[in-house]
Amino acid sequence: MTEGGIFPALIGTFLLSTGAILFALPLGVLAAIYLKEYAGAKKWVRIIRIGINNLAGVPSVVFGLFGLAIFVKLFGFGVSVLSGSLTLGILILPVIIRASEEAIDSVPSSFKEASFALGATKWQTIRKVVLPTALPGILTGAILSLGRAAGETAPILFTAATFYTRHLPESPFREVMALPYHIYALMTEGTKPEFQVPIAYGTALVLLLLVFAVNFIAIIIRSRMRRKRKW
Amino acid sequence: MVNKIIIKELNLCFAKNHVLKNIDISIPEKLITAIMGPSGCGKSTFLRCLNRMNDLIEGTKISGSLLIDEKDIYSDSIDIFDLRKRVGMVFQKPNPFPKSIFENVAYGLKIHEIKDKGTISEKVEKALRDANLWDEVKDRLSSSALDLSGGQQQRLCIARALAVEPEIILFDEPASALDPISSARLEELLEELKKNYTIVIVTHNLQQAARISDWTAFLMLGELIEFNKTEKIFTAPQDKRTENYLTGKFG
Repeated sequence: MTEGGIFPALIGTFLLSTGAILFALPLGVLAAIYLKEYAGAKKWVRIIRIGINNLAGVPSVVFGLFGLAIFVKLFGFGVSVLSGSLTLGILILPVIIRASEEAIDSVPSSFKEASFALGATKWQTIRKVVLPTALPGILTGAILSLGRAAGETAPILFTAATFYTRHLPESPFREVMALPYHIYALMTEGTKPEFQVPIAYGTALVLLLLVFAVNFIAIIIRSRMRRKRKW
Repeated sequence: MVNKIIIKELNLCFAKNHVLKNIDISIPEKLITAIMGPSGCGKSTFLRCLNRMNDLIEGTKISGSLLIDEKDIYSDSIDIFDLRKRVGMVFQKPNPFPKSIFENVAYGLKIHEIKDKGTISEKVEKALRDANLWDEVKDRLSSSALDLSGGQQQRLCIARALAVEPEIILFDEPASALDPISSARLEELLEELKKNYTIVIVTHNLQQAARISDWTAFLMLGELIEFNKTEKIFTAPQDKRTENYLTGKFG
């Protein structure tokens, strides 16, 4: 366990969190468009909103169990990159929906009016005016949740992470090492704690730097967006 | 003189507010018709009936007949997207999209399925020329529309409306957010545009209405008080209320 470095774990974390974004971003943006532009103010829409907000507060280990039951067992994806990505995707979905809703909200209604007055349909207006204007806000939310997904341990505990491997996964149906779980494994398992603990600290530092770098990118995008914004 | 728009017994309610009451008016083709009146009299709401922008507000009820080229624009057979292409609109505050100057003007062409790049750039150039903006922006078509001055932005919005080749253009207080020089340039532009387009302009600037319009309607509390040739309205108003408004007794 003290051999081989953290390269597989680093790649594993990268695969899991990009997979999560690939799944959650389109779904989250579509959900936000639906809620903001089509759903109106009906009662069940309010209930959906409450559901989304509560989903953001569910402990992440519960998502892990959910992923184990649904993706690993029911869908038969096994303990794999795919199961882990989907589980992390569900975890960050409410954050992405809320960020996208806020970004869509901040598009001035005068832009939409101008588009309608030229004879555009609602969908054309959303696609060509609302989404491009809201994009920086949506991206900021997505990148912040990327950082969140990279650092989570509990959701991948039963769905994706493996204890130790020297290999990278050959397909999305293979299990992977991941940085947060690697730290957990180093601290709780194994037979040579005197070597493992320093490696765990080192891994923690790498993970922190990674999350910090991701959040820093989000902050840069947000401040550039504020500077460019003139309406 | 041909009447482009003929309106009979137009009534409009927002929820429980009766905003427009029994309006009968015929708007002449290729002339400028000004709609004036005190704030809250329903001027803008009236204007937005002509391109059915009021449809976007929930709880709007409308009755009466509103004919453009003798066709009822509220009948079921009307394609609302085609109607808005024929009846362009320029808003009170300049509202260019946060896109390049070129993309702003090309927007309407693209949503109406014009794909040929040559045609698009030709039409964009023509629209910008017709809006008296071409010479100022021809060297920076790809820079952001938001970097233009307020007056330029408003002319860009006019170019954007012209690009889809409408027959009627509605102006909702287009000069109210502009400085006097930009405002004067806009008035010159309106004079030129009336050669080819039927123009309806809402304004609460009396001098502006007097300067640019051929016909003037005076609206108050949702009723059409008086509608006549502009020089008649301003020199010999028939209704006491019009006279009081014009002489500044209220407003």
